[in-house]
Amino acid sequence: MPHDHHDHDHSHDHSHDALSPSGHPYRQDNDAPLTYWQRMEIAVRELLIEKGVTTAAEVAAQIDLMDSRSPANGAAVIARAWTDPAFKSRLLDDAAEASREMGFDIGPLHLIAVENTADTHNLIVCTLCSCYPRNLLGLPPDWYKTRAYRSRAVREPRAVLSEFGVALPDHVSVRVHDSTADMRYIVLPARPAGTDDLSETELAAWITRDSMIGTGLPRAPDGLSATKA
Amino acid sequence: MVERVRIRNLMPPGHVRAPAYLRGKTGVVERRLGAFSNPEQLAYALPAAPKQLYRVRFTMAELWGDAAERPEDTVDAEVYAHWLEELPDHAT
Repeated sequence: MPHDHHDHDHSHDHSHDALSPSGHPYRQDNDAPLTYWQRMEIAVRELLIEKGVTTAAEVAAQIDLMDSRSPANGAAVIARAWTDPAFKSRLLDDAAEASREMGFDIGPLHLIAVENTADTHNLIVCTLCSCYPRNLLGLPPDWYKTRAYRSRAVREPRAVLSEFGVALPDHVSVRVHDSTADMRYIVLPARPAGTDDLSETELAAWITRDSMIGTGLPRAPDGLSATKA
Repeated sequence: MVERVRIRNLMPPGHVRAPAYLRGKTGVVERRLGAFSNPEQLAYALPAAPKQLYRVRFTMAELWGDAAERPEDTVDAEVYAHWLEELPDHAT
């Protein structure tokens, strides 16, 4: 399973990848004509601006807002759930409302939190496209959108998990969640054992993006076991 | 009461959000999500009727038969009411 942070180590067969004479990879200039959908996007955007429906500044502000969202938002939500049982109960009841309660601007997002326990591991996928709780976690990793991840996650999730380095004990059931319609999903990972003394803020630092997709587990502070509680 | 449903085994053209790998498969309703605008009309900018949306849970055994990696693992997916056929609760 390709990890997006290892781009340079991969021998992808993408036509836009190239190597400089010194061996450094770079993306070729996009000198090709615009595609149909690129022209459509520009035409619609210019019309909306011309007709006063929106402005270029508003478009840029929305892009900025999306870029400002990151897995750290989700990590804050998860850390709160680990330290506040009443909040955890509200999160499992309605994860969108619980996230808004913490002050995150997630727009109209419908969010369901699924809890990893001693005997259940959850994994999120969108087999049809790339549905992801962007309004909370920001943009999805590239691998999340690949056909390989989308098709394999529902067919052989355990093989996928092992490629991500997640070894589940034999008695643990896997629940895959396919985001096929209006809901988005976040995994509530199990709190690592031995973290009782850590504050909510300290805990948040150990909650990775992948642990909220289900392809990873929270990291554990040095000296602590990274296995599930 | 467990609500058993089967996903309609239809292959209509156009934009639908019932994945092909679930069609004809039987699962149980995990929860009701309420009504949402029908994406099959939304996708074409048509007036979209509200449709009830369900989370349906399938076993890997049901989806992949003997090829299942672990038969008792599950896949949950959201499916609109008009893609569901209700089945009797008792096993047949």
